[in-house]
Amino acid sequence: MKRTAFQRIYTHISRITKATCEVEAEGARYGELAWVNDRPAQVISVTGDKVTLQIFSGTEGISSKSEVIFSGQPPMLKVSDLLAGRFLNAYGVPIDNGPELVGEPRLINGSAVNPVKRAKPSTLLATGIAGIDLNNTLVTGQKIPFFADPDQPYNQILAEVAMRAEADKIILGGMGLSNDDYLFFKDTFSHAGVLDKIVSFINTSENPPLERLLIPDMACTAAEYFANDKKQNVLVLLTDMTLYADALAIVANKMDQIPSKDSMPGSLYSDLARIYEKSVQFVHGGSITIVAVTTLNEGDITHAIPDNTGYITEGQLFLKHDTDIGKTIIDPFRSLSRLKQNVIGKKTREDHPQVMNALIRLYADAMNAKTKRENGFDLNEYDRRCLSFSKEYALELLAVDINIPIDEMLDTGWKLLQRHFEKYEIGIKEEFIGKYWKGDEVETESTVNA
Amino acid sequence: MTKGKVIGVVSNLISIEAEGPVTQNEICLILSEGKKLKAEVIRVKGNIASAQLFESSQTIKMGSEVEFTAQMLEVELGPGILSKRYDGLQNDLAKMGGMFIDTGEVTAPLDDDVLYDFTPIAKKGDRVKAGDWLGSVQENWIDHKIMVPFAFHGEYTIESICKKDDYRITDEIAVLVSDKGTKQSVTMRQKWPVKLAVESYNHKLRPYSVLQTGLRVIDTFNPIAEGGTGYIPGPFGTGKTVLQQAIAKNSEADIVIIVACGERANEVVEIFTEFPQLTDPVSGRKLDEKIVIICNTSNMPVAAREASVYVGMTLAEYYRNMGLKVLMLADSTSRWAQALREMSNRMEELPGPDAFPVELPATIANFYSRAGMVELNNGSNGSVTFIGTVSPAGGNFKEPVTESTSKVARCFYALSQKRADAKRYPAIDSLASYSKYLDYPEFIKNTDTGIQQGWVKLVKRAKDIVRDGIEARDQINILGDDAVPINYHVSYWKSELIDFALIQQDSFDDEDMNTPIDRQKYMLNTVMEIGERDFDFADFEQVGTYFKQLINLLKQMNYSSFQSDAFKKYEQELKNALQEQNEELTTLETND
Repeated sequence: MKRTAFQRIYTHISRITKATCEVEAEGARYGELAWVNDRPAQVISVTGDKVTLQIFSGTEGISSKSEVIFSGQPPMLKVSDLLAGRFLNAYGVPIDNGPELVGEPRLINGSAVNPVKRAKPSTLLATGIAGIDLNNTLVTGQKIPFFADPDQPYNQILAEVAMRAEADKIILGGMGLSNDDYLFFKDTFSHAGVLDKIVSFINTSENPPLERLLIPDMACTAAEYFANDKKQNVLVLLTDMTLYADALAIVANKMDQIPSKDSMPGSLYSDLARIYEKSVQFVHGGSITIVAVTTLNEGDITHAIPDNTGYITEGQLFLKHDTDIGKTIIDPFRSLSRLKQNVIGKKTREDHPQVMNALIRLYADAMNAKTKRENGFDLNEYDRRCLSFSKEYALELLAVDINIPIDEMLDTGWKLLQRHFEKYEIGIKEEFIGKYWKGDEVETESTVNA
Repeated sequence: MTKGKVIGVVSNLISIEAEGPVTQNEICLILSEGKKLKAEVIRVKGNIASAQLFESSQTIKMGSEVEFTAQMLEVELGPGILSKRYDGLQNDLAKMGGMFIDTGEVTAPLDDDVLYDFTPIAKKGDRVKAGDWLGSVQENWIDHKIMVPFAFHGEYTIESICKKDDYRITDEIAVLVSDKGTKQSVTMRQKWPVKLAVESYNHKLRPYSVLQTGLRVIDTFNPIAEGGTGYIPGPFGTGKTVLQQAIAKNSEADIVIIVACGERANEVVEIFTEFPQLTDPVSGRKLDEKIVIICNTSNMPVAAREASVYVGMTLAEYYRNMGLKVLMLADSTSRWAQALREMSNRMEELPGPDAFPVELPATIANFYSRAGMVELNNGSNGSVTFIGTVSPAGGNFKEPVTESTSKVARCFYALSQKRADAKRYPAIDSLASYSKYLDYPEFIKNTDTGIQQGWVKLVKRAKDIVRDGIEARDQINILGDDAVPINYHVSYWKSELIDFALIQQDSFDDEDMNTPIDRQKYMLNTVMEIGERDFDFADFEQVGTYFKQLINLLKQMNYSSFQSDAFKKYEQELKNALQEQNEELTTLETND
C-alpha cells in the first residue's frame, strides 16, 4: 500500500455503488489490486478506459475525486516456512503483532492441478469422532463440509477435528467469524501447543464483508505451498462458506448481474468449485484436505449454497441435535463421505463396512418405530429393542464428543448389536459373526435376510 | 488475417476492437506475456468482437494484440486418440510438464512420431468422397479407418495411394484429384470444427436395436437403443456418476468417450486409476484401450466446458464413420449450461428462466440430435449413443436444463433421492423413467426376433406389476396392515420382488455388475412366472416371510455366475419354494 515513484494516480471516479466504484484509467488489468483513498480494491471489470473496482472495505466516504492507484499485480501471498504459526488478515498481512512476512510472492488464484498428476485419495484421515470415522470415513485429499444450522457448535467441532487429525499443517480460513470464535480458535490452538503448525487467515464479522472473498484463496495458496513445495499433508478449514457466498452475491448485485436461484450469482457453482477443487492428493505424497462449514437455514439443503456445495464436495457431514441424548450428533442418514469406499475394510478392519451398515440400518428401524409411536400405533417387541439400541448408539457412537480409535468403535458396535439383537437380525456375514460376536458358540441356523 | 486489440475484460469475457472482418465462433489468439491465449468470438457488434477466453484472464492487459485465425475451434482426428486424456480443448494432459496447468499451455493431441501400419482399402482410380475409407491402421485393437477428410467437398478420383507399410500421421498416404483437376494430399490426420456435425454419410436411420449396458433396469425396463439418446437427472448423492461409470465399464460399445464436464477431479482420477486395470467385456482387452477421456473438471476454465462436450461429440462422430458403435457419456450437461449462463450474463443479454440464456433449449436439442445411427457411404452402419447426466438445482426436475433435455432425449432415467436413501441402487425410479424406444415398431420387432417373441409386452407387464404394488403399498400405509385384503400384500411383495431381483443391481460385485441380455431374459421370465402366479396366504405376515425367502434366492442367483452349480442350486430351491406354496397353500412354514 506504499506509494512508489512514477505511479499514476487517477481521480476521475464516475460511479459509486455500495461495493464498487468506476474510474477512468488506462492500462488496467482484470484482477489487479488497486487502492482507492488507500483502501484496498480489486479490478473486476475493464471496458475501454472505464475500470470497475470492488472496494473490499466498502465505499463509505469515497468521493468522485478520490485517488485511485493501481498496483499492476493481482493479490499475492508471500509464502515461506515462516507462515507457520502466524495470524494474518485477508490481504495476508499479519494481525498478530509479529514481524512482517517475508517469502516468495505467489498469485493467490493459481492454476488448476493437472488431473493426470493427481493420485487417488486413499489414506485414512482419522478424527476419533465415530460419526465421522465409523460412518463417514475421511481420506486425505478429500473436500467435505459440515452442514449445520447456525445454533450448532460447528466451529468447536471443526477445531476438535483439526486438533485430532494427523496433519503436518493446518490452515484456518475464517470468514465472518465472530470475534469470540476467533479468540476460541486462537486459544484452542495455543493451549494444544500446536500453534507452530497452524496458519490462520482471519476475517471477523467486524471486518468488511467483501474482504472475505480473498480468504479461501489465501488459505489455499498457503496450503499449496506446504503440500506441493514441501510435500506435507495439509488440512484446510474454511468457516463459514455461506458467508463467503453471501459476499459473492453482494458484488454480483452491484455489478448489475442477473441473479439466479436464491439471489445467488449464476457463477456460484464455478466460484465454489474453484476453491474446493484445491483439495488434492499429489502423486508425490503431499495432500490438501478441505473441511469446511456451510451454515444452513433450518436444515434446508435445497438452498443454492448447500445445493451447489453438495454437487462439488465429496459428501457432507450433517450436524443435528439429538433430543434423546441432549447432544449434537452426526446424522448418519444425511451425512455421506464419497471417498470412504477407498479405505473402509481396506485400511481399516475387515468388518468395518458390514458393521457400519448394520448399525445404520437398525438405527433406521428405530426411527421408523419412533414414527410409529408418534402416530399412536402400538410398538412390538422388536420396535422396543430398536429404540433402546438407538439411544445407546447415539450416545456411544454418534455423539460428536466421542474420541476413540476406529477398532474400538467397531468393538462398541458389536457390543451394542449383541446387547439388543439376535444374530439373524443384524444381516452381517457369518464369517464376521463367528469372529467378533462374543460369548456363546455361533448358531448354525441363519435366517433369510432380503 | 484480421488483427485487433483488447479493450475490455470482465472475467473470461474479452472485448476486442477488430481492424477487419470477424466471423462468429472464430478462434482468436490474445497475446499476453509471450503466450497466445485461445478465445472464441461469440458476438460481433460493429467493429467490437466479444470473445470467451478458454484461460484465466489475469495476465491480459488493455491494448494487448489479438490475432483472428479465421478458423473455428477444431479438433485433430487420426489414429492415437484412444486411451488419451484430453482437456476440454483436446490438449493431451499427459504431455504437460508441471503439476499445475499453466495458462496458455498447449500440447499436441496426436503423436507425430508414432508409426502406424497402413493397409490400403481403396485403390488408384477409385471415385471417393468425404468420409469414404481409404485404408486402415490398427489402433489398440480397433480397426481404425483412414478416411477422405470430412472437409472435402464433392467427388474425387484417387490418383495415388500408398502401399501397405508403416507411416507417421503426417505422411502423405494418398493424393486425390477433384473433378476440376485440383490435387489434394491426404494424410492420416484431419481437422474438423467441433460445433459442426460430421455429415459424411448417406443418411440417418431410426434406432431399432438395444445397446446393452449390462444394467437390468436399463436394458430390460427402459432400454436405450443403439444410436439413441438418454439422460440421467438426479440430486447430488443419488449415484449419477457411479451409474455412468457402470455403463462405461459394461456396455457393449466399441468405443466409449467420457466427457467429465465441470465435475470433480477425483472422479476423473478414479477412472484414470481404475479403468486401465479393468477388462472390456466385449473384446477381453484392457478397458482403457477403447476409452477416451475429456476432462474439464470444475476448477478448469469455465468456457472450455462448452468446448469439452463438443470435442467429445466430434470424436464420437469420427469413430462412428468407421462403422463402429460409439457410446458417449457426458457428466454433467448442467455444468455446460451453467457455463453458457455465466457468459450470457456477462454479455448482459436478457435472460430466460433461472437466468439461463433463452436459446438454451435449442442449444441442447441441437447437441442431442448429433447422436444417432447412420448408414455410411459404403452401406455399413455406425452409431453414436449419447447419455448425459443433469444436475438439477435443489434436486427439482422443474428447472430449465432438465426440462429442455426432456424434450429431446428419448430415454429418461430418473434418479430418486428416496431410493438412494434406502440404499436401493441403482437409484433409478423405474416407473418415473421411460424409454420411448419401447414404442418404436422396429424396436419391438427387433426384440421379438433378437430376444424373445413378445418381449416388450412382457416388460410392460412387469412395469404394471410394479405400479400395482406401489399403489397397494400406499393403501397399506394408509389403512394399516390388517385392514386391507391379503392380496394387497401379495401385490406389494410382487413389486418388491421385481425391485430386489431385477431393478437393484450391485455395481461393486464382480458377477452382478454386468448382466448380459440373455441372462436378463432368463431372469425376467423367472420373475414374471412368480409375478403372474396366484398365491394364497392365511395372513399378511406370511406373505412377507415367504416373499423374502424368494427374494433371497433370486439375489443369490444374481450373485452366482449364470448356470453354474451354485446358480442351479438356488434355482432348484426357488422351484421347491414355489412348489411348496402350491401344495399347501395355507400351512406354509416360517423360519422364525
